[in-house]
Amino acid sequence: MIDLQNVTKSYATGVQALNGITLHVDKGEFVFIVGDSGSGKSTLIKLLLKELEPTSGSIKVNGINLNKMKSKAIPKYRRKLGVVFQDFRLLKDRNVYENIAFAQRVIATPSKDIRKNVPKMLSLVGLAEKYKSFPKQLSGGEQQRVALARALVNRPNILLADEPTGNLDPKNSREIMKLLETINERGTTVLVVTHNQEIVDQMKKRVVVMHKGVIVSDERKAGYKQNAD
Amino acid sequence: MFSLASVATMSACIFLFGIFFCVVENFQYMVKEAEKSVAVTVFFDEGISQEDMDAIGEKIRGRDEVSDVVFVSAEESWEQYKEIYFKDNPQLAEGFADDNPLANQAHYEIYLKDVAEQENLVDWLGSVSGIRKINQSAQVADILTNFNMLIGYISIAVIILLLCVSVFLISNTVTIGIAVRREEIGIMKLIGATNGFVKAPFVVEGILIGLVGASVPLALLYYLYTRLIGFVGDKFNALTGLLHFLPVGQMFRILLPVGMALGVGIGFFGSFFTIRKHLKV
Repeated sequence: MIDLQNVTKSYATGVQALNGITLHVDKGEFVFIVGDSGSGKSTLIKLLLKELEPTSGSIKVNGINLNKMKSKAIPKYRRKLGVVFQDFRLLKDRNVYENIAFAQRVIATPSKDIRKNVPKMLSLVGLAEKYKSFPKQLSGGEQQRVALARALVNRPNILLADEPTGNLDPKNSREIMKLLETINERGTTVLVVTHNQEIVDQMKKRVVVMHKGVIVSDERKAGYKQNAD
Repeated sequence: MFSLASVATMSACIFLFGIFFCVVENFQYMVKEAEKSVAVTVFFDEGISQEDMDAIGEKIRGRDEVSDVVFVSAEESWEQYKEIYFKDNPQLAEGFADDNPLANQAHYEIYLKDVAEQENLVDWLGSVSGIRKINQSAQVADILTNFNMLIGYISIAVIILLLCVSVFLISNTVTIGIAVRREEIGIMKLIGATNGFVKAPFVVEGILIGLVGASVPLALLYYLYTRLIGFVGDKFNALTGLLHFLPVGQMFRILLPVGMALGVGIGFFGSFFTIRKHLKV
């Protein structure tokens, strides 16, 4: 599903963000990428989103070699990925329903399908009642749920979450993680970048630890169970 | 807010363009009217037959630069002369009785499509046999030709200037719009929006700015132009012989599509190229 071979990334400033990363993630896996600031976690997410090009090495996602991908093909590739960020990145001038529907409009989903899909996603994330609310009327946890609903509405097979609990209190963090687990159980491969050690310890998932651009450990916690499909 | 500022400035530009266009069109119209009265007159060799004169007339009519040829016979010339110079003393003219003093003054009055071609025509007429004398008003033709050229140059310069200002304004609006909506654009791109999807709202906005920015000044110009013609007609009757204003319908048959195309065109190209430059999508 995700396959990185000897990937390095150096920025023009001379910073070596990744230094020979090799990582394989199977379909249906739930993987935490942990590490300090500057360990290369966010660069990894940006490479997977094709926001950046690797300096060397190869990256394959969903069987597609990103190194050879032409810029015209990027939008279609990104539609197979769902993304959530620490700062939610919701459109502040649109309500919850419109934020989620926006993701469907971008890929030209017919209106009648949007009217069916958006309420389904809102139920999944537990915000069916708040579809008319605007982002500023919601708590941080609720905003992240909207972001999750938006990431999932186009049925991606991979979900990338960059510090999804970074702005949340412990209770909301646990709820978001539970939601991510539910999404993973439905068959979506989930990759979560975080430095919330408490959550990582509780979840009993595969944990990849990065430090200064290299993977220093990659282990499955006791009790880890992978979703085959 | 930014769009409103752009509509206002675009309106100002198209309004200025419109005023300039009206002035130029009216000048050209007046010059054309003046040109109509400029004619080359050719007189024939003595004793030439009517057939030969007709043949020369046919040759002249065959020239591309000629718009009209009027034959004035010796009798008509004498009648015109009498009309002008013996109007108050017709009995003096009767003294000539049947002896037409302008017997050899049959001539063609040749009117040109473009007065700038006068010199060419006169050169050619000089080579036609049977023609004794050619009368032309080279000075008037030169003044009109130079004046026409001057108007042409000024209009090109002003139109280019206004175009540049308008494109700059639209470009500024789009740049500000991109800065304001950078986050939204980023989200769109991450979700998998195509380049066209990201660009479309900006281009549509540009076209709308152009459309509204052109409609408002054109409507205002229509109103003002109609009032101005009425006002000049009422208050300056003495000038009506000199000032030939283009009728409002005829003026807007050109100005309306040109103004609208200009607004929409500037809006479209301004926004299209700016977003290409700034987004690199």
